[in-house]
Amino acid sequence: MGAFLVRRLSINVLVFFLITIAVFALVHKTPGDPIAMQIPADQLNSGSADFIAQKRAELGLDRSLVVQYWHWLTNALHGDLGYSLLNGRPVTELLGERIGPTIELMGVGLLISLLIAFPLGILAARRRNSWLDYGATVVSLGSVSIPVFFVALIVIYVFTLKFQWFPSSGISDPTNPGLLDSLHHLVLPALILGFGNSGPFMRYVRSSMITELDADYVRTANAKGASPRRVVLRHAFRNSLIPVLTVIATNLPQLLAGAVVIEQVFAWPGMGQLAVSSVNQHDYSVIVGFALLIAIIVLLSNLLADVLYTVVDPRVRLR
Amino acid sequence: MTTTTLAAAPAGRSPTAAALRRFRKHPAAVVSVLFIALVVLAAIFARPLSGHDPNAIDLLSARTGPSGDHLLGTDSTGRDVLSRLLFAGRISLGVGIASAVIAVVVGTLLGSIAGLLGGWVDGLVMRLADVFMSFPSLVVIVVVAGILGPSVLTMVIAIGLFQWPVCGRIVRGVTLSLREQEFVLASRATGAGPLWLMRKHIIPAALPPVSVVATLAVAQAIALEATLSFLGLGVQPPASSWGNMLTDAQSLTVIRSEPWLWLSPGIAVALTVLAVNFVGDGLRDAVDPRSAS
Amino acid sequence: MTEPLLQIKGLSVDFRTDDGVVHAVTDVSLAVQPGEIVAIVGESGSGKTVTAMSVLRLLPKAAEVSADAIAFRGTDLRTLSAARLRAIRGGPVGMIFQDPMTALNPVMTIGGQVAEAVLLHQRRPDRKAAWRRAVELLGLVGVPDPAERVKQYPHEFSGGMRQRAMIAMAIANDPDLIIADEPTTALDVTIQAQVLALLRKAQAETGAATILITHDLGVVAELADRVVVMYAGRVVESAGVRELFAVPRHPYTKGLLASLPRMDLDVDQLDPIPGNPPNMAAPPAGCPFHPRCPLARDRCRTELPPLLEIGVGRSSACHFHDELAVTA
Ligand SMILES: Nc1ncnc2c1ncn2[C@@H]1O[C@H](COP(=O)(O)OP(=O)(O)OP(=O)(O)O)[C@@H](O)[C@H]1O
Ligand code: SF4
Ligand SMILES: [Mg+2]
Repeated sequence: MGAFLVRRLSINVLVFFLITIAVFALVHKTPGDPIAMQIPADQLNSGSADFIAQKRAELGLDRSLVVQYWHWLTNALHGDLGYSLLNGRPVTELLGERIGPTIELMGVGLLISLLIAFPLGILAARRRNSWLDYGATVVSLGSVSIPVFFVALIVIYVFTLKFQWFPSSGISDPTNPGLLDSLHHLVLPALILGFGNSGPFMRYVRSSMITELDADYVRTANAKGASPRRVVLRHAFRNSLIPVLTVIATNLPQLLAGAVVIEQVFAWPGMGQLAVSSVNQHDYSVIVGFALLIAIIVLLSNLLADVLYTVVDPRVRLR
Repeated sequence: MTTTTLAAAPAGRSPTAAALRRFRKHPAAVVSVLFIALVVLAAIFARPLSGHDPNAIDLLSARTGPSGDHLLGTDSTGRDVLSRLLFAGRISLGVGIASAVIAVVVGTLLGSIAGLLGGWVDGLVMRLADVFMSFPSLVVIVVVAGILGPSVLTMVIAIGLFQWPVCGRIVRGVTLSLREQEFVLASRATGAGPLWLMRKHIIPAALPPVSVVATLAVAQAIALEATLSFLGLGVQPPASSWGNMLTDAQSLTVIRSEPWLWLSPGIAVALTVLAVNFVGDGLRDAVDPRSAS
Repeated sequence: MTEPLLQIKGLSVDFRTDDGVVHAVTDVSLAVQPGEIVAIVGESGSGKTVTAMSVLRLLPKAAEVSADAIAFRGTDLRTLSAARLRAIRGGPVGMIFQDPMTALNPVMTIGGQVAEAVLLHQRRPDRKAAWRRAVELLGLVGVPDPAERVKQYPHEFSGGMRQRAMIAMAIANDPDLIIADEPTTALDVTIQAQVLALLRKAQAETGAATILITHDLGVVAELADRVVVMYAGRVVESAGVRELFAVPRHPYTKGLLASLPRMDLDVDQLDPIPGNPPNMAAPPAGCPFHPRCPLARDRCRTELPPLLEIGVGRSSACHFHDELAVTA
């Protein structure tokens, strides 16, 4: 197991560095003076020409691209991602306060998508080619086909405007805070995110379960006198989890794509909303910080997939 | 894990005919083909069908509901929603098909290079595929659009680049299994070049599974385009796209009081993507009967 | 004679596939007496496994099974409720499968799987007792250091050890009938002998009747009391082991035996009889063996020979079985 993880880790780290180079290249494509991204706007405006030249030298902006990259990277890895062009606040701080709401949304959305995908996928696999199987296929195709933003608009129309059951904006009501209020705000965005991601998960669960239900050891379990429930849950399902968990972990970043859109529609104060508004307002330093954060999230998801794989499969697991 | 390749069709009957027969057993896929044909026709004949200029502003009749003159109503500047919808279809289908073509071309090239050369080239290409697969394309395109500025061309290229790995893996698998086969070894011995191999053997063998992923790629690209345009990062007004027609609908008043503005483009994109996905699903069962059971 | 422990009458199994209906088993009848070892032999695809699986209704849903009787100790297994059938599966009837590599659950410990076999048939489920019994059973089947090895997973066991674990599960609840489907085919030759010896010991100790499916006529000669020969989904000959080896009364059986210069060779390896078994989706008219039969004549091409009683406890499905009796 150790060797496997070390190899995967080193590949991932290598990939991460390649991505930082790509991001740095993008930074260089940004319009305007790169120094603006690394010094708060007020200092930049009030500073003398000497001061700016000195800063420029400090930041290595008068040196070769390699040096600049190295400088930028070490700063970034130390958590220094420069300052927002818009309000002069450190990018790390801006991103930091947005991570929590996004994780909350993604976490609950993931949970909901699994609650849809697992039972439907297992049932569809057990009753292959039944109306239930076809129904599950239609649900899963619908979930990947209908764009999240359109689902969001319909849901807002029905549940916010018509029935007035749930709010459609923000993460909480400042006049009436509390756990219940938070949950109330979370319901619609998390359900939509969960539904949107349930389709692919369900298909993986279904196909993995079909493979396992046909396996020889399932026949052995039946021959021992195990009940269908036990055969499915104890035997086939446990085995089907090996590929499914890996897929889910590697797909975590895809959940972020849904979150970006949903945060925008529901005015959810997360990273996605920050990213879109930064893009619209040309706040390049925040965009670059966001890009690095994405790379880190992808890296961590891949590592999580590898670790999960070694944990659920005793053939890989350390004794 | 190895990619399984499709077994040769049973001798004696034409594989295409057999696949077609299996496809026709898929009612949803057949209906979807008809629906897509309608959408394509509507996009081609957008001008005669709509009877309005999609960009003609008429502030006097802004925000009116469906009527005899404007079948689907008008938007906030009085433009005819139906004609914008029909013209948007051109962009959405165009973006979908163009990005799928890029994905297939890049995937076929890289996949066959990986399969033919093997060794570290293969390893490198497959790692690259993993990397592209593990990044959420929408988010990356948001970043790229944020720095380079939104443009349809950038969007098409970016969507296509993020979709090549699926096709690449299939073509690689097909190439690897072909490499072992005698007639290919024989033709290589007679000095056949890699391009010849690709044209004569790899592409025909990979075509059925690649047609499936290409179809699914079109669906995904249409949905991505709509989402990006919705966020204001794709097709820019005054040009209309199904996605950017919904951008206006981000305010509760519009959602409530002018549902015609957002329902029709939303339904258009949802049904089109669903139909293309159904066709892909039907194709998958048709070219690989084992996946159906 | 006493009432048979297991009685199968007129069993037929069809599979509907893309290439048409496969008649995997047609009109098979066989009886197993208490304590008896019955071998089923025949080429690959002759329907041995399908026959064995239909006893406990273990065939996939796609199988269309029909039978005049499948009775275990007089209980009709065809119509038995699922719950009561489960009490018989792994209880009075234990099964051993061909490939111990795939027949064990890869993510469950060996002990967990053996203990499960015990637990499922305890009147009052007791995990600790089941686990202790699992250790004991593994010791019984010759797994060294069972107290430690129960905690291991199948991939940590060799093929022979896994098959021992399978046998431990099959005998866990003191069965009256063991159905072993090619229990040694997947193993190395040296291990095969050990596992067979173990099977014989288990059979002797439990006194269980055994259906032994095998390709290996050497094993048949050594272990079986009676032999059922299958060809193309049908029983073509059935006799006591001595009688069968001495005077085969069906050309197919004769071909099998004639191809045995050494008893320890595999039927498949020798490819004894020229030609291939028929396509079960479109079997030939008349006697299914006629395209390969040295004795075949016109009648064989049109008329299906029924399985007829040709002596005490022996039957053959050949129009010309008499000629074989004479030449022998
Ligand atoms: N699930 C299935 N679907 C379709 N055909 C099947 C299925 N299971 C078995 N068959 C067919 O039934 C016939 C008998 O198979 P069976 O497994 O009983 O043979 P066997 O005598 O056990 O052979 P072997 O010695 O190879 O184990 C074969 O022609 C096989 O192809
Ligand atoms: S019936 Fe005819 S073909 Fe069949 S085994 Fe006897 S002699 Fe051969
Ligand atoms: Mg068999």
